[in-house]
Amino acid sequence: MARSATSPAGGRNLLLGAWERLKSWEGLLLGVLVVIVIINSLQAPAYLSIRNQTNLFQLFIEKIIIALIMTFILINGEIDLSVASVMGLAASTLGRLYELGVPIEAAFLIGLAVGMACGLLNGFMIAYTGLPSLVVTLAGMIGYRGLAYVLLEDRFIGNYPEWFSRLGQQPLIGPFPLALVIFFVLLVGAIIVLQYSAFGRYVYVIGNSREVARYSGVKVRRVKMALFIVSGLVAALAGLLYAARLGSVRGSVAEGFELDIITMVLMGGVNMYGGAGSLYGVLLSILIILNLRNGMSLINLTGHVQTGVIGVLLILSVLAPNLARNIQATLNRRRMRHLAGTLSEAQESP
Amino acid sequence: MSALRRYFRPEQVRELVLVFLIIVLALFFGTQIRDYYTGRTFIRISTSIAIIAAVATGETLVVLTRNIDISVASIVGFTGYFVGMQLVRHNDIAPLVAVLMAIGIGAVMGLLNGILVAYGKVSSILVTLGTLAIYRGILVNYSGAKTITANSLPQWVIDLSSMNIVSIGELDFRLLVGLALAVVVFFQLMLTYLPFGRRLYAIGCNPNAARVAGLPSQRIVLVAFVLCGALCGLAGFMYLARFSYLTAVAAQGMEMSVLAAVVVGGVSIFGGSGTVIGALLGATMIGLLEQSLIRWLVISEFWRSALLGLLILLAVEGDAAIMNRLRKLWARSELQMAPKQENK
Repeated sequence: MARSATSPAGGRNLLLGAWERLKSWEGLLLGVLVVIVIINSLQAPAYLSIRNQTNLFQLFIEKIIIALIMTFILINGEIDLSVASVMGLAASTLGRLYELGVPIEAAFLIGLAVGMACGLLNGFMIAYTGLPSLVVTLAGMIGYRGLAYVLLEDRFIGNYPEWFSRLGQQPLIGPFPLALVIFFVLLVGAIIVLQYSAFGRYVYVIGNSREVARYSGVKVRRVKMALFIVSGLVAALAGLLYAARLGSVRGSVAEGFELDIITMVLMGGVNMYGGAGSLYGVLLSILIILNLRNGMSLINLTGHVQTGVIGVLLILSVLAPNLARNIQATLNRRRMRHLAGTLSEAQESP
Repeated sequence: MSALRRYFRPEQVRELVLVFLIIVLALFFGTQIRDYYTGRTFIRISTSIAIIAAVATGETLVVLTRNIDISVASIVGFTGYFVGMQLVRHNDIAPLVAVLMAIGIGAVMGLLNGILVAYGKVSSILVTLGTLAIYRGILVNYSGAKTITANSLPQWVIDLSSMNIVSIGELDFRLLVGLALAVVVFFQLMLTYLPFGRRLYAIGCNPNAARVAGLPSQRIVLVAFVLCGALCGLAGFMYLARFSYLTAVAAQGMEMSVLAAVVVGGVSIFGGSGTVIGALLGATMIGLLEQSLIRWLVISEFWRSALLGLLILLAVEGDAAIMNRLRKLWARSELQMAPKQENK
């Protein structure tokens, strides 16, 4: 299935594209989501209540916030494996500073700054030195986590002020707490930037072909740098929100989160080699993973086994389109051959 | 000077620099840590290096083809635990059968990776990110939170870690270390002299050219992943022998040390260049650093991961900056030294 960058020039295209969308990958995701929700509802009666769904989002709010920026990065043709470690480093910075007596507001801001610094370092290495993002963010994944351990060693830091611990939990607008509001704001912002702004177009074009973008005058380096800085900042914010929700921080906080985040984005139809995908698919895949994880908890699967299932999803979500494309290519080839055969027959008979 | 340049290719220069750095590090730690130059330290460091080197050899094969395998730690953990559990339940399994079982299971796990990468055309980072989680999940499920301890294992397993090949005064060369060295030598020879080895380099250097030239790229990449898995299985057995204490989180995080060893050892992350000997040198440096940091009181041992990340970055960055320039210089000097044939 050929996936092209969605480009609504106005509201009109949304309606025209809706039917196309339904028949494609997003339609499949919607179907899977419905099945999972039905299965879960059979297990637990009040499954679709607002409170339950809000709780569900709460549990994974940090991951889905990062998934938004990860969408940009993957569409751009890069990858950021270090997000979970930046989460951990920001949280550890907060914990360490708080332990040393720094007021928590200042520690919060410094944590954000640390995340931005990590993003800056990543972005500089990738955009300006030209190293592949895989290696740089892999080294970052190891290194930033290491720094988190250096800060906290193997201690737990807890006992935060009341207001901080309830930062994510306190209902703010209706039943939605602050963290969820942040997510919705970021989601709307991300959709606007990605689909409706020039910067979003640049992200798509660079992902499609970096050289073409460069020759067209797009400032490739600046776009990449900006993306990684934002990634670091958002990861730090998510890490701090996670620390607030958990109530205690240690060096290993948020370990392994990058698997879920990358799966959410890739399953949403974003192509790893860049240039295609949309946030609507990512939103659907986020819902699928949230409900799936909840469903697995309902049947008492351990955390490691759940993570294994997500690993299977990751592989399937890239394998399936590949296989579908190969099958379609083979079918096309056969059709062409058949067509060529009948044409030559028609030519031979006078 | 030009004659020297003929003998030392840039890659060999890099390996020599690495040897130099290792010696400097060893000397440095000798001044900082008490009783550093004893037999006991040598044994600890060499056995630690042995396990990393075995996995690094397999990882090198994969990285040479421009792929990556971060599920190695999960494979090592699973094979070590599985074989350990079999030995606990059936104490009379022959040693050779146990080793072959570990290698076989590792090979099957590597096979899955290879099929998905080579034939499913899925990016290797994604496949191995997924199988990292899947294999660990299977291990946790299989283990049921039970620990394997030394007193439930057959005696020969525990004895294996203290068996020596040769003892020179205080320095004992453990059997495990010799095994790792044998593996490294074998694969280095294979890479240099067998067509299969040359094809690995070809695929990593330029996959399209290799495909157009008619190489069975998919099958070769598959075999690379299978060999990597098999070596991880061997390392899993060595891990079992060395520690005789395994839980479901066995070997977690080892992939970082292995990747650092491979990258520091001069194997290019872009594929197509690097040697197993280099990976061994890299493993030596990483093993030396890790074991020495634990004993060095100035810096806490928690710097280990941060240092690994920094080393990887420096190695890749340094390679990108320095090696390319050295290669161009070397190629230019080669052209100058070649007799002028064009005038004829």
